[in-house]
Amino acid sequence: MLREFRLPDLGEGLTESEILNWHVSVGDDVKLNQVIADVETAKAVVELPSPYAGIVARLHEQAGTVVEVGSPIVSFEVAVPAGADTGAPGAGGERVQARREPNLVGYGAVPDATGRPARRRRGPAPAAQGAAPVPASTPDAVRERPRSTPPVRKLARDMGVDLSEVRGSGPGGLVVRADVVRAASPAAGTAAAPAGAPPVVPSPPAQASRENRTPVTGMRKHTAAAMVASAFTAPHATVFLTVDVTPTMELLERLRQQPAFNGLKLSPLTLAAKAVCLGVQRFPSLNSRWDERAGEIVSFNYVNLGIAAATPRGLMVPNIKEAQTLSLHGLAAAVTSLAQTARDGKTRPADLAGGTISISNVGVFGVDTGTPILNPGEAAILALGAVRRQPWEYEGAIALRSVMTLSLSFDHRLVDGEQGAGFLNDVGAVLAEPALALAMA
Amino acid sequence: MRIPVSLHTPVRHPENSGSFPTDPYVQLVTPDGVRTPDPLYDRWVEDVDGARLQELYIDMAVIRRIDTEATVLQRQGELGLWPPLLGQEAAQIGSGRSLRASDFVFSSYRENGVAYCRGVGMEDLMRVWRGNAAAGWDPYSVNMAPTQVIIGAQALHAAGYAMGITRDGSDDAAISYFGDGATSQGDVNEAMVFAASYAAPVVFFCTNNQWAISEPVTLQAQVPIANRAPGFGIPSIRVDGNDVLAVMAATREALDRARSGNGPTFIEAVTYRMGPHTTADDPTRYRDDAELEQWRAKDPLSRVQALLESLGLFTDEFAATASGRADAAAAELRAACLGMPDPVPADVFAHVYSEPHSWLDRQQEQYSRYLSGFAGEENR
Repeated sequence: MLREFRLPDLGEGLTESEILNWHVSVGDDVKLNQVIADVETAKAVVELPSPYAGIVARLHEQAGTVVEVGSPIVSFEVAVPAGADTGAPGAGGERVQARREPNLVGYGAVPDATGRPARRRRGPAPAAQGAAPVPASTPDAVRERPRSTPPVRKLARDMGVDLSEVRGSGPGGLVVRADVVRAASPAAGTAAAPAGAPPVVPSPPAQASRENRTPVTGMRKHTAAAMVASAFTAPHATVFLTVDVTPTMELLERLRQQPAFNGLKLSPLTLAAKAVCLGVQRFPSLNSRWDERAGEIVSFNYVNLGIAAATPRGLMVPNIKEAQTLSLHGLAAAVTSLAQTARDGKTRPADLAGGTISISNVGVFGVDTGTPILNPGEAAILALGAVRRQPWEYEGAIALRSVMTLSLSFDHRLVDGEQGAGFLNDVGAVLAEPALALAMA
Repeated sequence: MRIPVSLHTPVRHPENSGSFPTDPYVQLVTPDGVRTPDPLYDRWVEDVDGARLQELYIDMAVIRRIDTEATVLQRQGELGLWPPLLGQEAAQIGSGRSLRASDFVFSSYRENGVAYCRGVGMEDLMRVWRGNAAAGWDPYSVNMAPTQVIIGAQALHAAGYAMGITRDGSDDAAISYFGDGATSQGDVNEAMVFAASYAAPVVFFCTNNQWAISEPVTLQAQVPIANRAPGFGIPSIRVDGNDVLAVMAATREALDRARSGNGPTFIEAVTYRMGPHTTADDPTRYRDDAELEQWRAKDPLSRVQALLESLGLFTDEFAATASGRADAAAAELRAACLGMPDPVPADVFAHVYSEPHSWLDRQQEQYSRYLSGFAGEENR
């Protein structure tokens, strides 16, 4: 008769093993315990001894394949001498099936071929007392409490509601909060939910005023998806640097007097934009992209500088194309128009696409710093904190200075702490002494 | 006879016992099978004649075969796990065959050869490893506690049991088996404190198989493990654990000390675990093939075979008898293992408490209702 040998769990709790090679082929006469294959598990390479004496009838799996524990790997044609073969094993699955008999407490779980226990089907909760007559064949069901979740059971206990008296209105007869609340109110106590017509989605009026539910659409949906995609694919790390930006503030003040800058918005962001363009020259990994599919790192020889903008519709990150080619004046003009366009809701999709690195000016909201989340696909994002007048060490004494905290989040797959810190130090150096930009350009 | 013991000097063989973990030890049969006279230990095995030596050989051959078969059964998916004893046959047979029926054994999980000596049946021996029960046998039917998996815990059990023996006024002894790794456990050290304090009739039998899973003994023992026991006031001895006669001599001496009211003894049987720690282990990842080969030359069976051959007792007929006994044991083991009825779910409640327990009854009742939920799926 034909006997199947299923791959056993060769270690403790292994789910699969690789068949390295077969020592036998179809038609071979095999002795009990003869080595038939080498198998590699997560723990060891082991020899597989034959559980039968017989002829190899079929090799179910090729050498080199990874096989799930419990899958048949080889079949034997085994002669069964009458009476003599008392110890002959059945293959794991067959024997269990054959022996499954009712015992004192019912039946054991059916083991399936993959080794995972069969899952119990979850039916609706049995009707509580007072409902339709219970069929005699399910005496156990009567004793079962209607299904509910632990918080709901706690609520019921707190409100003094006996759950066995409650009709569940949730899926499959699940008792939900609303059912408990309804059962606790004296008016509903007798009326209860009419049998057979539970509301599909209960929305008790009592709760409507305490919460507002807004469908997630449009910008919110887009932002949420982008943040989740970024936060859970790129391993983020953030470094911080607090710098005295008084020279920047003084420079900006002087620039504002220049006719050429008339009408342009000048802020530390303008200089930071310049500093970022300069910094990526020294630290190109900050201006790169992780191409998971190709298994490559894409380094950009240009800078499309994203500027996070709060608009009435939500957060947008339009970018300044080829920012590395722009002078400080050009950057100031680009930032001004980009922000205006975004605020007017006229940002085009092309403006949002193709960014390589971004700046978030959270300081305008009055906070000192933050840990920005990367614009998806980018390697770094710089956040500018609010400029504050603070006592600060200046030329060996304490002086009131304009101080700002910078933070830089980066994709740790692309950038290590050394590069991230070096880049942030460069940006900080420019803001602390704008003249350095001349040396770095 | 009480051997005077300094608290700081181990009682070791004066001639051939050293101070390092790799130093020599008491040996009565060399790896080549030469019986070497020993003025201190010969007297403990002077009754072992050729016939008795043959029996010891058969014992070792049988438990080696049991071990091989169980390892194979695990690979065939019939056992969940098995801790091979390959290479440690002399340590187990030499000590196990020195005990009398009324002594009590507290072993680790690897002393399946000792269990065989105690008369544990094949089905009982396999039960735990097949996952069919939490314990394989009635401890009082063979005077051997169930398989202990907690490393070193059984040393405490043995010390406590031995203290009880003293109170009963009996001349029985307890013996605790543990490995080299277990000597770093608190339990073993606490057990030695109690045993010494109460002069308990217990033998601490340390099977130093050189490896605590993947940690070599030299990592946790800077001196021979046997040297630790005198610090507790317990006389100790290192023996060649692959020499069944030396192990027997040392164990008999220790048991005699226990029976005569002179307290505990610590035996370090220096041997080698030829196989993996368990069937779930791969020793090639942490140890050298050269080391394995070195120890293969010290095999416990081949040296007794050589000795028997020199006595003209290892005849073809005897060899056939030995392998026949071993194969029969293997066949019995396989049949017992495969023919073992699967436990029923309610068995899990059977041995939790010795007396009725309402909370447990409730759990069992709930569990039975849970299981009855599968009834409808029976013919699915």
